[in-house]
Amino acid sequence: MSTSWTARVRKATLESYKPEDLLPDTQPAYVASWIYIFGVLTIAAFVMLFATGLILTLEGPAWWHGSGVGHYFNSMHLWSVELFFVFMVVHLWGKFWMAAWRGKRTATWVSGVIAFMASIITAFTGYLIQTNFDSQWISTEAKDGFNSIGVGAFFNALNTGQAILLHVALLPLLLGGIVVWHIILIRRKGVVPPILNDINIDGGN
Amino acid sequence: MEVINMAMKVDPSVKWAGPTRPYDLIKELVIAVVVVCLLAAGLSFLFSSPDEPAVSLKSWSNTNPVDFVNTATSELAGTSTSTGYGPPYNNAVKGMHFGILKMQDWSGVRIPINPAKSFVLDPLANYNDASAQAAVKVWEAASPADQNKWATGYADALGKAKDATQIADPSNMYGPVPTIVTSLLNMAKGGALDGALTTSDSVLPTNFTKPLLFLADSEGYFAAKAEEQHLGGEQWGVMNETGSWPGQSWLWLFSFWYQVEPFKSSENADTIVMLLMGLMTLLLALVPVLPIIRKLPYKIPIHKLIWKDWYSKKL
Repeated sequence: MSTSWTARVRKATLESYKPEDLLPDTQPAYVASWIYIFGVLTIAAFVMLFATGLILTLEGPAWWHGSGVGHYFNSMHLWSVELFFVFMVVHLWGKFWMAAWRGKRTATWVSGVIAFMASIITAFTGYLIQTNFDSQWISTEAKDGFNSIGVGAFFNALNTGQAILLHVALLPLLLGGIVVWHIILIRRKGVVPPILNDINIDGGN
Repeated sequence: MEVINMAMKVDPSVKWAGPTRPYDLIKELVIAVVVVCLLAAGLSFLFSSPDEPAVSLKSWSNTNPVDFVNTATSELAGTSTSTGYGPPYNNAVKGMHFGILKMQDWSGVRIPINPAKSFVLDPLANYNDASAQAAVKVWEAASPADQNKWATGYADALGKAKDATQIADPSNMYGPVPTIVTSLLNMAKGGALDGALTTSDSVLPTNFTKPLLFLADSEGYFAAKAEEQHLGGEQWGVMNETGSWPGQSWLWLFSFWYQVEPFKSSENADTIVMLLMGLMTLLLALVPVLPIIRKLPYKIPIHKLIWKDWYSKKL
């Protein structure tokens, strides 16, 4: 086997996943519950956050204070994030009660928890860049938490420019990457089967 | 029974080879995006979003000049929150810690700020007010003992007078402090102090650390306004939003710890709560290997509802 970097990357990516696993048109028969909808709804809300966030970038962070159109898209961004977290939390609880980490799916669970945390941090930086009283108050309160563990010396919640760049560039890229990783893990292992017997408790973990 | 027998042999680590049903991933995603778009558009149309205007040093000094004067004096007297904060702004104290973990101290002074100099003296030194500039020079030439005597004396006098923005000082008990504080009040009322603090490090500012730290020292204006909007710490403010809109409700647990002992009254509450949330996040990630937690889904059979069709052999 070739030891070239290109061959190794090809083996780890294209040759590791069958097209029908990545984009399936069938699912195991047990995948038949409303709870399964919440994963895709979370992704849909994430898409909406991207779309409305991109529109808000067009005329700068203070645009929405003086424009009806800007305010409406700010509202859509706000409600999208509220929906995003509702869907994500229901999805998380659903996966807990399914014990969805069974069958060597621990990495999928862990990637989901990391996505949850990254989402909270990304949303938080959004609250810092509203450029209104709420963002002023949140930044002055949050600084104490960050400073208390030494993080504030590097991430200054009172530095609006830093928060803007983190929120619209670095954090969405990171979160997007984590979400893609999470989805690939799901596609790779498939949807966890129903809990039926002891093999699922111990042997299948 | 046949289905159950087959299912009993299911090993979740082996790829599913049993019965399947048709599924259209792309169609499902497109429908979900449309549904969420309609939901967000509808909620935005019905409820909009909050936008409580930002406050400034100008609005503070005009709305509550007494609080402004008291806070400015506390910066000179060294009794404000900022003055005694510690890292990353100054070395007044070592900051919060948990046992031997002193991360705030270890992070060092990376954003150096001397509140008296940054918020009061430097802006006035560059302000077009000869008496203010002269007063600043007198202050800077004085000994620390005199500075402290003047500022604490003036702070006490303001405290006794309650609603005064200026105390007469015919016997010069407070040195240049009355002139400095009154000039700063006038500078702030006209809006010049906002400009001075935001542009002190860059003429094209994106960093509002100085004016926000100064505002955060205000209890009678900034904190009072936050309390009105139920944003105070004891009001679960971490997860609230101005007005009646939903805020960061996903931070409910973070907010919860600040409402209960021993965290509520701890001098190191921020460090302890941050570390506690970090630990809980780690535990959430480790659920698949936590002895008792990982078996809860088997003890509390909510999965019977989720997979009820499968269990009832409807497949």
